[in-house]
Amino acid sequence: MSAVLEGRAEGPTLRQRLAARGIDGATLLVLPCVALILGLFIYPFLYGLMLSFEPKDGSLFGNYARFFSDPFLYGTIFKTLRLAFPVTLLNLLIAIPIAFRVRLMRRQRLLTTLLVLPITLGTVLVAEGMLFYFGPQGWFNRALMAVGLLSTPISVLNGYWGVFISLVLTGFPFTFLLTLSYVTGIDPSLENAAATLGAGPAARFREVFLPLLIPGLAITFCLSFVQAYSVLPSAVLVGDPAGATRVISIAAYQAAFEEYDYSMASAIAMIMGAVQLLVVVAVLGCRSLFYRGPAAGAKG
Amino acid sequence: MQKSIMSRLWVFAVWAVIGLFLINLLGLIASVVTSSVATRWLGTWLPAGFTTRWYFAAWDEFQLGDVLWVTFQAVGAVVLLSGLLGVPAAYALARREFPAKRAVMLLLLLPLLVPPITYGIPLATVLYKAGLGGTLTGVILANLVPTVPFVVLVMIPFIEQIDPRTEAAARVFGANIFQMFVHVLVPMLMPGVLAALLLVLVRTIGMFELTFLVSGPGSQTLVVALYYAVFASGVRAVQSIDAMAVIYMVTTLVWLIVALRFVNPTQIVGRGKRPAA
Amino acid sequence: MTVGATTFKQLHLQGVRREFDAFTALKGLDLTIERGEFIALLGPSGCGKTTALNCIAGLLPVSGGRIMLDDRRVDVLRPEERGFGMVFQNYALFPHMTVRKNIGFGLRMRGVPKPELEKRVDAALAAVRLESQAEKLPGQLSGGQQQRVAIARAIVVEPPLVLMDEPLSNLDAKLRLEMRQEIRRIHQSLGSTTIYVTHDQEEALSLADRIVVLRDGAIRQVGTPAELYALPAHLDVADFMGFRNRVNGELVGMEGEDALLNIEGTVIRGRMRAASAGKAAVAAIRPDDLEPTGTDSGIPVRVEAVEYRGRGFHGVGVTASGTELHFASPYPLQRGAAVRLGADAGRVLVFGDAR
Repeated sequence: MSAVLEGRAEGPTLRQRLAARGIDGATLLVLPCVALILGLFIYPFLYGLMLSFEPKDGSLFGNYARFFSDPFLYGTIFKTLRLAFPVTLLNLLIAIPIAFRVRLMRRQRLLTTLLVLPITLGTVLVAEGMLFYFGPQGWFNRALMAVGLLSTPISVLNGYWGVFISLVLTGFPFTFLLTLSYVTGIDPSLENAAATLGAGPAARFREVFLPLLIPGLAITFCLSFVQAYSVLPSAVLVGDPAGATRVISIAAYQAAFEEYDYSMASAIAMIMGAVQLLVVVAVLGCRSLFYRGPAAGAKG
Repeated sequence: MQKSIMSRLWVFAVWAVIGLFLINLLGLIASVVTSSVATRWLGTWLPAGFTTRWYFAAWDEFQLGDVLWVTFQAVGAVVLLSGLLGVPAAYALARREFPAKRAVMLLLLLPLLVPPITYGIPLATVLYKAGLGGTLTGVILANLVPTVPFVVLVMIPFIEQIDPRTEAAARVFGANIFQMFVHVLVPMLMPGVLAALLLVLVRTIGMFELTFLVSGPGSQTLVVALYYAVFASGVRAVQSIDAMAVIYMVTTLVWLIVALRFVNPTQIVGRGKRPAA
Repeated sequence: MTVGATTFKQLHLQGVRREFDAFTALKGLDLTIERGEFIALLGPSGCGKTTALNCIAGLLPVSGGRIMLDDRRVDVLRPEERGFGMVFQNYALFPHMTVRKNIGFGLRMRGVPKPELEKRVDAALAAVRLESQAEKLPGQLSGGQQQRVAIARAIVVEPPLVLMDEPLSNLDAKLRLEMRQEIRRIHQSLGSTTIYVTHDQEEALSLADRIVVLRDGAIRQVGTPAELYALPAHLDVADFMGFRNRVNGELVGMEGEDALLNIEGTVIRGRMRAASAGKAAVAAIRPDDLEPTGTDSGIPVRVEAVEYRGRGFHGVGVTASGTELHFASPYPLQRGAAVRLGADAGRVLVFGDAR
């Protein structure tokens, strides 16, 4: 260090040594961004974690003990999973065949634009629209009755199915667009090669597409699941926030902003994050059993 | 190349699902719009008459002037700050190899993978502790958490495709890093920056959870105000809530249409394969 | 599932057409291919050669015409029902399967029992000399090795017809030469019929029994490499076969098969290849066949540039009217020197304007 300061001829300067490791003025540009994430994401997370161990009753695990002993609280995990799992699975199962069809279209943009609408509009607006559209006097029930499929209006609102539908409406486009980007990432000549070698449509999907898609589909599943799992507005607006759709985010919100028990709210948020993490790790763990290289066909 | 009946049926089924989805989606949007201009709409296919008065009612009842101004300020600040913080960071990550690079990348991915409601509650707690809860500053800070990493991740591939020799040339001709940025990189990156920032704009207008958790009475954006209006429905006429919803829709869609001129719809989901050049 | 024949006598293309919206990529191809032939489809990019191959493979539906194997119609079959083998330009190896799995794929799809499958895959691996790489993934192989896997995968099912779409275009020059011999050797040892698409006339000349030259979606000429090399029937084909010099002239007479062409005041003798309605015609000459005459006959040019080419010299001269001529010279020439160039009558091709 002193050698640098005295500016002796031998040896590179500190600046040169740092630059050799890839650190120079340009590298420092990353610092403000890192500071922001550390300050507004990592620190609050750690703070919340600490806070969750300082409950009102003074014991270390008081919040967690309370959560897992009160069915009104721990039940929210299963209520959330009961919504998020089927919705995510359904979205993915519909998205795959549609993505395979849309892949062949030359004018995908109109469709993808239409599908982006619910993502952009967001869950609040979709829930708001559902209140009328799926209501007893709404166009949905009217149309079904006019066709003769229904004799009396069905009520999907204020319950499990209301939230389910809202999650499909906002979640499907997300799942679909991600799936589409993975499907179109597969080199079409692989399919041609399989076809000339005698593989029919089903065999081509099973032997070529599916193994190449699994990694992408696993990521799509995780991202879609995590979105569905943290549902809040629609669970309140078109669900039954005190009963069937009392999801875990409602419990966290109530703890924080109705009971002003930030310690408990943090604990619930940590549990919510932990459950999400468990599912993600499990899904990605299965993924590692499959091939995980480029899907564009090997090139030398 | 004759198609079997099975494959025809399959194609039909696929299109039927797409059609069903789109019909319900558009029906839903259309009923909001129709309701917002309806005089009275009970038990019929179409309302009894049409009027624009609900828009004026909504404007006054919900103080939409204030709400729109807050939304404008919050979104503007978020877009500007995420550009200023995100683009230089993306440059460093695209061009330099340094020891902690993988850790930094992971750090930036986390806020995009963890849903806002999960980190929003601890974040709101900290902001309230710091006295920023319920303020416009708090709303802006909270919204930066997902948008800055988003800008970085969209910009990295865009910067990587620019030939590094252009920058080398600028340096050789005597420009320092700052001059090189302003005179060489920014003009070349403009299309990508524009695309990334428009996506941030669209996403921030629609960002409910974070804003909901940190905003207070004077710092609600349009989505949050809409949520409270729907939540407390029964107090106000349905049509004026719908009118507000339409105003929200228009603000979002205008920017969406602008954004779609520069980006691919799939990029709104966040996995831009290739930035639109 | 495979109904494609294991053997056939002739493959017929009858007026095969293919349209993409308003663009016609193939304007009705008529061609008969004998069993065991090695056919090269040669042409510049965009001439329709890959489209033709894809139509034969069934990857593109034909817009008109028929493809027949003897008297069975195959253009109505799906690609997986035709039973042909195909080697793709980018190899299209399945990245998630080992070399062994890749090669065995076609056999597995045909329901070949496991012991026989293994035996045949081993034989194919030996044929392309990749026994030691069998358990690797394609991503771990070099370009040439991937190419050999692609070939092995196509031939292991013993298809009656092997289709190759520019298989060597992604390889470097040295590897290309090696693989060329390899492809020829495999073709001969299997006795299969091969249709090979390329834009490289050298590749076509060295590999094929017959060459089909395509241009703008139509067949220009079909012939053996020797026929095409010596006597292209069309100016485009001549262009492709290395007749780099094209000189405009005026027909002044015929002497038997030979045409007399007046080029800027000098009369040149050449083989008439395509009739002319009027007097205008074009002479096509390979640079190697055009030499300084050393006499006062021949086309006068001023030497623009001379390059040393090992065995001799390559010169560029300009005629009085500004036409550039490339020629060979056994001795060096000064830049700016005036020389006269001539060629054997048998090496000069004269094409009329009625092409």
